[in-house]
Amino acid sequence: MSLEFLVASAIAVLVAGGIYLVLRARTFQVVLGLTLISYAINLFLFAIGRLVVDAPPLYAKVVTHHADPLPQALVLTAIVITFGMTALTVILSLRSFLEAGTDHVDGKPDASPDADAGARA
Amino acid sequence: MTAIDHLLIAPIVVPAVTAPVTMLVMRRRRHFSLCLSLAGCVAMLAAAFALFALAQDDRIRAYAIGGWVAPYGIVLVLDRLAAIMLVLTAVLALVVLVHAILTGADRKGWHFHPLFHFQLLGLNGAFLTGDLFNLFVFFEVLLIASYGLMLHGQGALRLKAGVAYVVVNIVGSALFLVALGLLYGLTATLNMADLAVRVAALGPADQGLLRVAGLLLTTVFALKAAVVPLHLWLPRTYGATMPAVAALFAIMTKVGVYAMIRTVPLIFGAHAGAAAWVPAPYLLASAILGAAVGFVGVLTARGLREQAAFAVLASTGTLLIAVSGWREAMLAAGLYYLVQAVLAGALLFLVADTVMRRRGQYGDALASSPRFADQDGAGLLYLSAAIAAVGLPPLAAFVGKLLILDASFGVPGWSAIWTTILATTFVGVIGFLRSGSTLFWKSASDADPIACPPRARTDFFAPALLLALLAALTAGAGWMTAQTHAAAAQVMAPSRYVTAVLGGSR
Repeated sequence: MSLEFLVASAIAVLVAGGIYLVLRARTFQVVLGLTLISYAINLFLFAIGRLVVDAPPLYAKVVTHHADPLPQALVLTAIVITFGMTALTVILSLRSFLEAGTDHVDGKPDASPDADAGARA
Repeated sequence: MTAIDHLLIAPIVVPAVTAPVTMLVMRRRRHFSLCLSLAGCVAMLAAAFALFALAQDDRIRAYAIGGWVAPYGIVLVLDRLAAIMLVLTAVLALVVLVHAILTGADRKGWHFHPLFHFQLLGLNGAFLTGDLFNLFVFFEVLLIASYGLMLHGQGALRLKAGVAYVVVNIVGSALFLVALGLLYGLTATLNMADLAVRVAALGPADQGLLRVAGLLLTTVFALKAAVVPLHLWLPRTYGATMPAVAALFAIMTKVGVYAMIRTVPLIFGAHAGAAAWVPAPYLLASAILGAAVGFVGVLTARGLREQAAFAVLASTGTLLIAVSGWREAMLAAGLYYLVQAVLAGALLFLVADTVMRRRGQYGDALASSPRFADQDGAGLLYLSAAIAAVGLPPLAAFVGKLLILDASFGVPGWSAIWTTILATTFVGVIGFLRSGSTLFWKSASDADPIACPPRARTDFFAPALLLALLAALTAGAGWMTAQTHAAAAQVMAPSRYVTAVLGGSR
């Protein structure tokens, strides 16, 4: 198995899990899903400069074989942005839970405590 | 480089400085901070006008940040389209800020002014940047600020809508990154001008991926622009937001359309091989649907803010109808429509605010209530705003729609375009008639009296100002269309953009 196949399937699995979780009804799962998707995106961006093993991203006269440094810079920016976004989503869903009394993404209150317990079990 | 050259970065630097300063001063000296915030907006307006005047010589200017030349560094690019958008943003921002201060909307939380200026920073940056990744960053800046502004004032309803809004936009940003990654993987550049050159030189094996990248990129912009079927987040978000903030948001959907106008002819234009005009076939269909969904929403809305949100959707749809042909004349008509649509959308939200502030517990619900204070004045404003939004004479939307109809005559699918625009206008008229007569003509005298403190009439100032601007746009339609024609000509000639950014070396 090539390195490309491994990375590509890792991205695919992360995205699949992420999409599943984002479509769930509770904010906590949605936040987890967003995190998974952002991991996948970061991996994807990282791989976009082609997968190169044992090569520095820096220019030096003795080095002939380089890794593309730009995707790494892009990933760094993307990580920072997604980190901030995730923190914001967590706070937002927490506030929404405290104000609306439910962690449902639609903000609809749960039918009854029993139904809620059943849904969580 | 002279000072004039550095002016290009002023629309980004001014709000970037104003935002933290207003935040620092706000707690101790509120009035001084308000003055600073207003001064920042006025300075931005001045810079925007200066750049607009600069762009009149029909030259496209590139500004290499830090002196790093394109395609290695990030460039800002000023052409006529960017200049028009900058002026529009600055004018809208000033009007909305004045309204927010007059109505006390900025006092519902601590950080209205910093967030407002960060929002402007993101908007201006998105209009000026010549680099796709930088465009992503500025989109994030304006989105992060908009999350804060959207939640300004808080309340359970706003928080619920806020969660959905944030999640949708984060997923959109993830898609944006995928599209960027694909483009970078194919061309090893993210500078838009350089992309335009390299896309033309791609081999046949890469054409499929290029199409995917083009469609993904357009999908992301369509999500930001709330194009049907990616519009579901918009009515709920804008309907739950404070009207003064929603008025500023009227330009946010148009940023998505702007990004399409900027990238599609440049990167996915006629030179792009299999990916030439790749989003075009899908855009017209969704634009027609968008205009229909928007105006039907105007008819069925249950509240004034929701109605205004659907009017924004409808205007985006109508605008995209003009854009999706990717012809110079249609684009010129569309740009004229864009400018007035932003002002008209903001006007609707501000009028909703003046009504809401006087109806106490009835809020903005489209149900009859006892007579409220200044009902006649508010009714007159609402009538004008409805005319401005739906496209009846004499206001600018009528001219805009007329221009779109005229420009699209004879192009493929023009009968669908004509039918849509004429029929949706009719539906919109009925929608506004229904809500206007419910609000202002029927009064339920036996219902509970309105519990609402008397309001000063200062909140009529900003809507009246917007109305005057719309009237001026109508009166100056000849001059304005000359401007948009010149802007469309620049956009549809990507080689000029490429030469301006990369110099004559390529």
